[in-house]
Amino acid sequence: MSIMINKDTKVIVQGITGATGLFHTKQAVEYGTNVVGGVTPGKGGTEVEGIPVFDTVSDAVAKTGANASVIYVPPPFAADAIIEAADAGVELVITITEGIPVTDMIKVKRYLEGKNTRLIGPNCPGVITPEECKIGIMPGYIHKKGHVGVVSRSGTLTYEAVHQLSTEGIGQSTAVGIGGDPVNGTNFIDVLNLFNEDPDTYAVIMIGEIGGTAEEEAAEWIKANMKKPVVGFIGGQTAPPGKRMGHAGAIISGGKGTAAEKIKTLQECGVQVAETPAVMGETLISVLKETGLYDQCVTHKK
Amino acid sequence: MNIHEYQGKEILRSYGVAVPNGKVAYSVDEAVEAATSLGTPVTVVKAQIHAGGRGKAGGVKVAKSLEEVRTYADDILGKTLVTHQTGPQGKEVKRLLIEEGCDIQSEYYIGLVVDRATDRIVMMGSEEGGTEIEEVAEKTPEKIFKEIVDPVVGLMPYQARRLAFNINIPKDLVREAVKFMMGLYQVFVDKDCSIAEINPLVTTGDGKVMALDAKLNFDSNALYRQKAVLEYRDLDEEDPKEIEASKFDLSYISLDGNIGCMVNGAGLAMATMDIIKHYNGDPANFLDVGGGATKEKVTEAFKIILSDENVKGIYVNIFGGIMKCDVIAEGVVAATKEVGLNIPLVVRLEGTNVELGKKILEESGLDITAAGSMADGAEKIVSLVKA
Repeated sequence: MSIMINKDTKVIVQGITGATGLFHTKQAVEYGTNVVGGVTPGKGGTEVEGIPVFDTVSDAVAKTGANASVIYVPPPFAADAIIEAADAGVELVITITEGIPVTDMIKVKRYLEGKNTRLIGPNCPGVITPEECKIGIMPGYIHKKGHVGVVSRSGTLTYEAVHQLSTEGIGQSTAVGIGGDPVNGTNFIDVLNLFNEDPDTYAVIMIGEIGGTAEEEAAEWIKANMKKPVVGFIGGQTAPPGKRMGHAGAIISGGKGTAAEKIKTLQECGVQVAETPAVMGETLISVLKETGLYDQCVTHKK
Repeated sequence: MNIHEYQGKEILRSYGVAVPNGKVAYSVDEAVEAATSLGTPVTVVKAQIHAGGRGKAGGVKVAKSLEEVRTYADDILGKTLVTHQTGPQGKEVKRLLIEEGCDIQSEYYIGLVVDRATDRIVMMGSEEGGTEIEEVAEKTPEKIFKEIVDPVVGLMPYQARRLAFNINIPKDLVREAVKFMMGLYQVFVDKDCSIAEINPLVTTGDGKVMALDAKLNFDSNALYRQKAVLEYRDLDEEDPKEIEASKFDLSYISLDGNIGCMVNGAGLAMATMDIIKHYNGDPANFLDVGGGATKEKVTEAFKIILSDENVKGIYVNIFGGIMKCDVIAEGVVAATKEVGLNIPLVVRLEGTNVELGKKILEESGLDITAAGSMADGAEKIVSLVKA
């Protein structure tokens, strides 16, 4: 099993005819993702790569039965695209777009309240369940099917963690990028909760970074609820205050959101924190050995 | 993006949010002229730099005559102010705000921020104005009041009233305070602010509620639809290397160390700085070349890193996902040839087309140290820089 997506997930691509959307659609199809349609207003009725294109999301959902959507549309139009998908009843909306104004996201979050739609992102690499379904921009081949859940605010740092695991023969159940923006659809706790309930996930790696207090809240939640071991890493230990480190959400302001604070809280809540990004995999392996889960988690040859 | 206090006050004024009368001055003569036209018995001469703590650093003076305005303006213009927000190198004052003095009765704090915990805009208020709000939050959190704004209806008057009563604005001035807060909220949403901080907000002897200082920051993701705000950008206040980087869509932050870093992805870029520090090195910058870097972008990134004269070595750490390692390798080789590199360069490549990338580096005949892993690369560059 896995969380959020699997081989039966039917995906539509919003912004399928744009350069980014098209490139990643090809990659996803090659990986085996069931891409059933695309949406580009004005190009309905055409086809790209043998995939039917629709003018509206509701049309695409009605004709294809899609239950997930991935959004590659440019920032000025992204909020509209997310709300259109939610309005069409799409259960899972993964927004890759980087650079959406925060006030737009505040409205989107408010709109999604009480709706049956889960938003992942924006500004994220997407979600992958190895060897079943890849929705997003991550390189598929580094992932191996297995039992470790990965949740992260960063893209390439997630690849680094996954690569370290796969190299050691440790496969992943699902890897989820929740994105680097201050206002996002799904937080650490939402994803940890899903991993906690997933019988096929035995342990979790959680990758955070400076800014906000999401990691601290997750740490408290883990202490109170998590039945499985969690290993953490926090990026930005050397970042100066007041400087936005690439991600809109990665900024230390008013003395809040420092890496030191986050690491301390995680450790106090029983989460082992990798000292450097080079030992995320190693740290997880040592915890797996301590908890007797190692043998079950080795799913591939080293 | 940051703007100057006088620019922030211009925006507030245009929304009917009360601010003292004032004018910007670029020279001593302009300062005296501004004070003359204001015609008030007391004038405040305020240094305009993008940093707080100006008062303590001697950048704000109260003048009781035109002669004093001249003296203070002469003193402050061209001076380098060092405050807790400028860093040790300080910032040179090139503009002054000449403002009417006012009869302050009490000082308060009003701030608007995007609150990540609630995913809403939050208005905060405190009767402890004039001091650092972080200090108030830490020592006396009960003195900070918050109103969470529902984006469907915006800030409601009852919320502004409740905040005004909570922070003990005199009853006869609550109406004025509410008008102030409603206007400030409108500025925040219309202009896509990320922070709007009024510290202090003052009540005056003649019954006014106004912003004595104004700090507005803007969401850089929204600047595409804020042309008027962009006009306020002051390039003198920004690091020239950061300006250059932004032209090429590179995310670059200048730091104090001597190891230049080039990485793809913000998270990995931060983590690379961390691991350099772990091996007792000092990163000179944060640089995310992004997911779609081309040979040209890599070359520009190299030039920007090398324009920092503190840089004694470069560490390139790439996890090629969508970005292919051979493209990066070609970029590194082209850049090295173009700029004539004479400091150590360590390259760690992983991911898509990694073998091809490594081959390009090897066959280039350039003096490039290859690294097997992220840690290996960090260790190598630190020891090469120290050698």
